[in-house]
Formats: sequence, structure tokens, C-alpha cells
Amino acid sequence: MKKSVLLGALSVAGVAAGVASAGTLDDVKARGKLNCGVTTGLVGFAAPDANGEWKGFDVDVCRAVAAAVLGDGSAVEFVPTTGKTRFTALASGEIDLLARNTTWTFSRDVDLKFEFVGVNYYDGQGFLVPKELGVSSAKELDGATVCIQTGTTTELNLADFFRSNNISYEPVPIETNAEGQQQYLAGACDAYTTDASGLASTRATFEDPSAHVILPEIISKEPLAPLVRHGDNEWGDVVRWTLNALIAAEELNVTSANVGELAAGTENPEINRLLGTEGTLGEMLGLDADWAQKAITAGGNYGEIFAKNIGETTPIGLARGLNAQWTDGGLLYAPPFR
Amino acid sequence: MSDQNNKPAVAFVREQPIPASPPPTSASGPVRWLQENLFPTWGNALLTVISLYVIYVVLSSSLPWILGGVWNTSSLAECREVLDGRSAACFSVLRERWNQLMFGFKYPPEFYWRPILAFFLMLVAAAPVLFPDLPRKMLVFTGLYPFVAFWLIWGGTILSPLLALAGCVLGYLAYSKWVSRSFAAGFFGGIAVAFVVWWLGGLLIPEGASDNAMLPAVASRDLGGFMLNMMLGVTCVSLSVPLGIALALGRQSDLPIVKGICVIFIEFIRGVPLITLLFVASVMLAYLFPPDATVDLFLRVVIMITMFSAAYIAEVIRGGLAALPKGQKEAADSLGLDYAQAMRLIILPQALKISIPGIVNVAVGLFKDTTLVSVISMFDIVGMIRGPILASTEWNGVYWELFLFAAVLFFVVCYSISQYSQWLERRLETDHR
Amino acid sequence: MTTISDPPTEQFRLSMLLNDTRYRSATFQAIAVILLVASIAYLGSNLAKNLREAGLDISFGFLSTPAGYDINQTLIPYNNQDTNLRAALVGILNTLLVSFLACATATILGVFAGVLRLSQNWLVRKLMSFYVEIFRNIPVLIWILIIYGIMTVSMPGPRDFRGENASASMLLDAVAVTNRGVYIPAPVWGPGSMVVVAVFVLSVIGVFAYRRYATKLLYDTGRLLPTTWPSIAIFFVPTLLAFFVMGSPIGLDYPALKGFNFQGGIKIGAPLIALWFALSVYTGAFIAENVRAGIQAVSKGQTEAAAALGLRPGRIMNLVVLPQALRVIIPPLISQYLNITKNSSLAILVGYADITATLGGITMNQTGRAIECVVLLMLFYLVISLCISLVMNVYNSTTRLKER
Repeated sequence: MKKSVLLGALSVAGVAAGVASAGTLDDVKARGKLNCGVTTGLVGFAAPDANGEWKGFDVDVCRAVAAAVLGDGSAVEFVPTTGKTRFTALASGEIDLLARNTTWTFSRDVDLKFEFVGVNYYDGQGFLVPKELGVSSAKELDGATVCIQTGTTTELNLADFFRSNNISYEPVPIETNAEGQQQYLAGACDAYTTDASGLASTRATFEDPSAHVILPEIISKEPLAPLVRHGDNEWGDVVRWTLNALIAAEELNVTSANVGELAAGTENPEINRLLGTEGTLGEMLGLDADWAQKAITAGGNYGEIFAKNIGETTPIGLARGLNAQWTDGGLLYAPPFR
Repeated sequence: MSDQNNKPAVAFVREQPIPASPPPTSASGPVRWLQENLFPTWGNALLTVISLYVIYVVLSSSLPWILGGVWNTSSLAECREVLDGRSAACFSVLRERWNQLMFGFKYPPEFYWRPILAFFLMLVAAAPVLFPDLPRKMLVFTGLYPFVAFWLIWGGTILSPLLALAGCVLGYLAYSKWVSRSFAAGFFGGIAVAFVVWWLGGLLIPEGASDNAMLPAVASRDLGGFMLNMMLGVTCVSLSVPLGIALALGRQSDLPIVKGICVIFIEFIRGVPLITLLFVASVMLAYLFPPDATVDLFLRVVIMITMFSAAYIAEVIRGGLAALPKGQKEAADSLGLDYAQAMRLIILPQALKISIPGIVNVAVGLFKDTTLVSVISMFDIVGMIRGPILASTEWNGVYWELFLFAAVLFFVVCYSISQYSQWLERRLETDHR
Repeated sequence: MTTISDPPTEQFRLSMLLNDTRYRSATFQAIAVILLVASIAYLGSNLAKNLREAGLDISFGFLSTPAGYDINQTLIPYNNQDTNLRAALVGILNTLLVSFLACATATILGVFAGVLRLSQNWLVRKLMSFYVEIFRNIPVLIWILIIYGIMTVSMPGPRDFRGENASASMLLDAVAVTNRGVYIPAPVWGPGSMVVVAVFVLSVIGVFAYRRYATKLLYDTGRLLPTTWPSIAIFFVPTLLAFFVMGSPIGLDYPALKGFNFQGGIKIGAPLIALWFALSVYTGAFIAENVRAGIQAVSKGQTEAAAALGLRPGRIMNLVVLPQALRVIIPPLISQYLNITKNSSLAILVGYADITATLGGITMNQTGRAIECVVLLMLFYLVISLCISLVMNVYNSTTRLKER
């Protein structure tokens, strides 16, 4: 820290004690803040609101981790990253955790040396087309001009889809959602493609949302997952199990409203273990016994986070779909807490 | 004709001159002006008509849109309601997001006075540099300004800027003590003293000194909006002028290795677009710093932009050096001045004076280029527009109003700087005659 | 050594390294080398250490793996199974294409505006200085975004061409201007078309030869041959004759609305047009200033002397002022060309697939090989600008030779 003060005096309070080698968990605790990489602005997932507060689904994951580790859901420094800068930011230790709707792929996991800690949103790439075009399936898009919001693996999926169906298209890559939307509405492209969640939130802001349809085809699997650096398993476990705790909490009906009450002790041993009244799960992670309780209190369980940010009552209006609990026919399945 | 008054013998002398009679209307007044300036020949008349038509087309399509603008709604949907199908601007977004456009979305609103104060102090600090007529004593404030501004904008413990200032002052004292022996001794000695002071001081400042400071600390990640453009522009230009002078002198020097390094540096930086240098700042520089320290993005960007503008300023100054007659250097040599003295006392003052308009041009270009940081996820004014504002549910779809606003802001600043530069050029020209 | 005139042998003192001009330059150079080597070693070791800790390596193997994405405007055949290297090559060609186009139009626009800024017509003068000021003082990034936005919104989409009473129609049934791009007819080369092309090339050479001959004749004998009409005749007549003699071998493939888009013809994509246009008008404003400064640098006596000789204003400009002004104009003009090339990297904003958008954009994004991509990117721009600098130096040395 001394070094940081010196350089701070020299320049602009620039150098902060970093990470990379030492345990990330210890670093975060020493720093008292979690550095969390998010997108530069995607409403529902991570975007600053009119007051400059970061809001969204990914943001709440960051807050839950911060609450679990530091006991304070607001002890997060949000670092906006672009598609280009996100991996470097994580690899170089600028951020401890990247929660930026990043698709879990083989090469990112293995080649780029990152560790995806579990899926927080099952997405898939879809198409948005104007109703007047009379298109009912993506396979009818032969020769169409398609606006792509670059970012995750969108370009590659699109190329694969059109190639496997042996039809042609013209790609128009677009940097931001706002520009993609402008192009699409002006008719400069016939279809707009990005993750289905993004399409829904985009359509919600149109002047006349009913004039546009999202085609039934979902052309890719986009498991969006938070990720950490490879090789720091202790920290990876903390993030993984915080995410699992949020999911398990929904399954066990532990909400931010009743978590205080349940933490006093219940009949259900799994809830007790989760909330730290039984067993030593927190200690094993290197955290306090009530780590999960704090994480759930910060923003609610998975279901609450979903409903608050992107659920059907929000302007984005996404149904749970694949992101329902396994008991409701979805894919969310937290490993047991024992 | 006053001398005629002395001859009393003449019977009639008109005491006052006859008032000039107005010229015929065909040779003066608006008609004549029109004829001379708008319709001197057939070709010119055609050009005038075409120009008038162009002006008409542009104004008739844009004026109603601008004048009919809506200023007080809270979202685009409301705007559309108020406009009721009419095509007009929805300027409400500027009103509602004014603070975000100016300061970014993270700067604490209760501290907005700090950057504003820093801005006005900057005008005061810049005045003696820009206008040579002002009293030279004001330069003391200019020297203090960087530390004051740093403290105002970033806050935190006042010890940091004080320490930095102390280092500079002691370094300068050391320099002035040793410079009589030789310039090099003074120069390097001064730098060494400053570093020692900073290093010792860095050990002395207690950890957590920023926690309860008079001005709470603001992280540089929280800076944004037009303020970020201004800060990047001002910081990088002022840092790059000394660096540029050093590079220009290095490029002109007789030392082959120093010259080679400077040439390679300048040509490399000038050969690549700023955007790739910003990519370096955002994705590569993090790997080049020691593993146990992360330097925040703002500082990395400042480093790269400073290097960028230093290379351009070096070329401008090199032009200024080349424009000086060779006799100046020879005269300095024959007086027995050594290299440092000749440069400091004879060459640089003249060369810099010639280069000022060029430097100002580089500064304007650089200030415009600060918008590029929006590409690497910094929220300057363009980044704010393309990011949080256009992505928000309320203002999704407002496009022209925001970019028009950004354009106007830049125009006002850059145009006034370039007008200043022209004024200075004229002034310097008269000085030379 | 003992003669009196010999100076006393000086003891070498350490301070002489700094104070004695004989050693000082060596000292400074040594310091410079040490600093340079030290900083390179420091940065290099940091890089190596950081990469080792992150478990990464520097490898350019990704260049030979399939890129996997499509590009909308390519000058060479490309599909998504081609390698990242080929995608980068497509990007390089696209960069060169838009830079070349923008350089050409910016020059025309700049010369035009620069000359008009000195026009005696007050309105035109003011209008041109308005143009110059407004483009010079607003960042090119904002201009690119605004112009792309205007193009998208104001031009008709292909849908508007459809139906009985379509709101948009094609120009001469051959050119379609849409917000996705401009579609123009593409030539179709039939058998015998090479003859026509050969005749065309020959007639172009013929025009030059004739003009040269006319000039030579003028200088040798003072006879003034007409040049305009014969040039036009040489340019068109043989080619047209060959075209009809060979039985119209070159046809045109007209674009037509099929499905979602216009098919056939040549498409010039909207991103290309927007970038081209934005770079042209932006740099044109700078070139206009260079041209104006160049013209004003020609002393007024030249104009007056030419006028005294009875030359008309147009000829004064063409024969007397511009040739002299060019010497002042060309060096900054070439550095403006360099700026265009560098500013074309902003293509990333409009989705034009230049090198920054392919190699430095999607490839970097998808492979995560940031360091490698950035290094290659800088290398490419460096090569381009060195080439342009070379041209500039050659030009400078040739004009210097002519100076008396």
C-alpha cells in the first residue's frame, strides 16, 4: 500500500494494490471492495440508472458475492468492460470477477485460462423481425440483411446457422444496442439478432412493440456465466457457491424477506446448513458462517433477482423459461449444500 | 487645409469643409454591396443562387425541428405524446441527463462544485499563459494549479498534492542551486531530489489518510462526461508540451543514439492511429506493469494520449527550430554559451514562440480525439451518450439531440481555441516585423 | 611530452563526464542506452511474469484457424471458413479501399472549398468558411456517427421500393440508393470484350500522346492546336466503334429487388459510403485550409503580372497560381492522407469491416488474443504510414531540385 500512496501522490491515485498472485479472496478482504467487471450498459443485466447506480441481473450477482465475502452488498466497484477489454481486465487482475453476460465456451475456459463458475442465465441467440415482413421462421431469411450486436459469440453463431441451413445473409455488425436498434427501425436491416433476452428488452422500448416479432428459432446455446481467473480455486469456490446459494435459496423458499427469520433455525437441515446455523460450510470457504444469509439479504434469492431486473413485471418482461428451477422444468439445479 | 486660415486677406474663406455628398446609390450602399459581393458576374450570381438554395434547404428542414423542440418531459415516450406525431426534437433528455452528460454517472452529485471550481480556476491559471499582457506574477498560480485541481477533483488527503508540490519545489531549489555549476547537474540533481522527497514522503503519509479527508476521495473510474474530455485534454496537452520539447531537441541533437531513439519513438507514434494506442492502454498496458500493482484505466489512457500528443508537438517544435536562422545558434556558440544555455536562452524562446499556433492546433486536435476513449469503455460524453443514456429505457431512441449537443459543445470549445490561436498568430506576426 | 607548449596532462576526473564536452555526449548516450535497455528489460520481464502467472502465452496460431464470422463487404473471396489471417487481409484491403476513395474525394472537395473560400462572392466565402469551421471543430467520431445516422434514416429501405406506388424508385432503373448501400449495374464481360478494353486503354494513351504532342508543338512552333474536342473524340470514338463492331460484348447486370434485398449489380455498402463521406468532408475541411494557405502564399504580384499579360482569371488560377501553390500545399496534403488512413480505423463505429474491425475487433473479441492482435494492428498502420512518408520524402526531394 505504501507504494500505492507514493505513486498516487505522483500521479493520480492510480495504483491500487493488485491481485494476480496472492489469493484473490484475501486481496478482496484486504481491499474491502470487490472489483466486478460488468458490461458498459445493457438494461436489465447491468446498466447505470439515472442516479448513476448500477442496476441489473449481473450487478446483483456481484453484490451477492460482495455481501458474502465482505458482508456489504454495496462494497463493489463496478468496472465497465467492452467485449474486447473484458478478458484482459480479468487476466491482468484489474477485476476479481467478470459478470458480463459472457458465454461459457470451451476455448474461453481452456485456452484463455478462465474458470466459469456456473451458469446464471441460460440464453440463446434469436432474431427480431418486423411483422410486416411476413417471416415466421429464421430459415426464411435467405438473402436478408442482419444486424448483429457484437459482443458474445453472436457473429459465430449466426455464421454457423446460415451455413448449416445453406442460406445466405449479409451481416451488419453493430457496436451498441442503441445503434443496432436505430438501423433496424430504419429498415437498414431486415432482422436484428442478439441474445433473446436482449431482443426482448430492445423490443420493449420500441414505439410500437407489437409490430415486431421474435422468431421461434433459438440458434445457439448461450450459457451466460460469471468467471474468474484460472488457478485460484479458493476464490472460484467462493463465487461458485455464492451463485449456488442464490439458486438453492429459491428452491428452498428462502427469500430476502424471510431469511432473517429462517436464520434463527428451522426444521430443514439443508436450510440450516445453507444459512450457517448448522455445520461449518462458511468456514470451509474461508468466510463467515452467515455468508449465504448476507448474500441472500443483499438482493434476494435467484428468483427475486430475476423478477426484479428482467422478470415479467419489468419492461424487459422475460419469462423464466430455461431459467426456472429444475423442479419447475427449468435448468437451474444447485448442487446440494452439505 | 488649416494653414489657409492664416491668410486674412482673402474675402471669403470657407471655414468648414463641405460635407461629403452621398455617393450615387449605384456606387454605394446595399445595392452596390450586393452587386459587388453577390452578383459581380453571371457565374457568381449562379453561385449565389445555389448557395441561397442550399441555405434554404438546410434551414427549412432543421429549424422547425429545433425550434419546436420539447424541453420538459421525463422520457421519450412522453415526448412522443407531447409532439403528437409532429417531427421535432426532444431536448428534454439534455435537461434530464445534464449532469450525466457533464460529469458522468458516478461522480457524487454533492461534489459537482469541485470540478466546476476546478474548471474556473483553470481559466484563471491558463490566462497568463495565453495572454502575455497579463501580470507575470499570475504564473505562480498557474504553477500551483495542477496540485489544486488534482486535490479538487480527486479529493482524498491533502497530503498527496502537498507532497507532490513539495517535491517539485525542492527539486526546483536544488536545480537553481546546482545549475550554476552545470545545467546537467542542476537538471538531473533537481529530478533526483524531487524523487527522493516523493519517496520519503510516500513513506510518511499514513495509510488511510484519505478516509476522513476534507474532500472525500473520488475514484478516477467515477469521472465521466464532458468533464472527462476536458480533463484528458488539459492534462495530456500540458504534460506533452515538455515531453514534446525534449523529443524535438533529441531529434535535432548530434548524439546519434539519442536522436535514433527520438526518431523511432516519434515516427512510431505518428504512424499508428490513436485508437490502436488506446487499445494498447486498455488491453496491453496492464501486462506491462508489475504484477502486484494495477494502474487504473484513466492513468493508462493519460500515458498513451500524452505520448501520442508529445510526438505531434515534437514535430511542431522541430518545425519551429528549423525555422530559426542558423545564425542564432552560431551567435550563441560564439558567445561561449554551452548547449543547455544556448537552448534555454536563445533558441527555445524563439522557436517556441513560432510554434505556439501549431501547438494550439495539436491541442485542438487532441481535445477532439479524446472522444475516442468511448471506444474502450470509458464514459466520456460520447461514451455516456452511446452507453448509459441511449441504453436506458426512458431515452432509448433519442439520437440526434444528444449528438447535436455533443457537437455544439465541442464546436464552442474548439472554435474559441482556434480563434485564440489566430489572434495570437496575428499578434506574433506584428512582433516579428 | 616535456615540451612547454604541451598542455599539462589532465587527470581524468569523474565530473568531467558531465562537464567536459569531449566526454559529455558519450555520457549522455550511455545514460540513454542504459535507460532504454533497463526500461525494455523491466517491461519485458513484467510481461513475461504476468503472462506466466495468468498461464497465457504469446502465439500467432489463431491466425490460421477458421475465423468463423462473415464480412459484408469484401474485395477478395471470403467465407466464414477462411482463416483469421484472410479475414485480416480482407480488412486490410477494405482499409486501403476506403482510404483511397476518401483521399480522392477529400482532395477534390478541399481544393474546391479552398478556392471558393477566396472567391469574391461574399455569400460563397462565408458559406465555405462555415463549412470549414464546423467540420474542423467537431470530432470526426461524432461526424461519422451523425452521418451514418442521417444516411440510415433519410434514405429509403429496400422495402420502400416494393409495391405498386412505392415511395422510392430506382434512378434510370439502374441505380438503387438505399440505406443499406447503393446498388449500381455491374459490367458483364462477354466474348470479345477484351478487344474493347484494349481499344479503350489505347485511346486513353492516345489522348495523353496527343496532348503531349500539342504542347510540344506549341512550345516549338507557337502553333496552338485545339485540345478539348480532339481529346474527347479520341477518348470516345474508337471505343464506341470497337464496342459496336464486336457486337456489344459488354452488357450490364442491373440490380433488381428480389427477396429482402436488391440482387445483382455491384453493392457499395452503406457503412462504406458513410465512412467514405464522413472522412471526405471532415478531411476536406482541413485540405481546404491548406489550399487556401497555399494560394495565399503565392505573392500577389504573380496574379497581377498574369493579369497584366491578359490572362483570364480561370487561367491565372490554373497556369500561374496553382502550380506555385502546389509546392506549399502538397506536404500538408500528404499528411492529411495519412490522417485519413489512420482515421479510417473508426470504421468500427459504423460496422465497416476494415482491419481494426476484423483483426482488432471480431477476431480479438472471439479469440481473446489481445496482445497479438494489437501488435499486428499497429504494425500494419506503421507500414502504411512509412510508405506514405516515403512518397512524401520523394516528392519533397524532387520539388527541392526544381527550386532555384
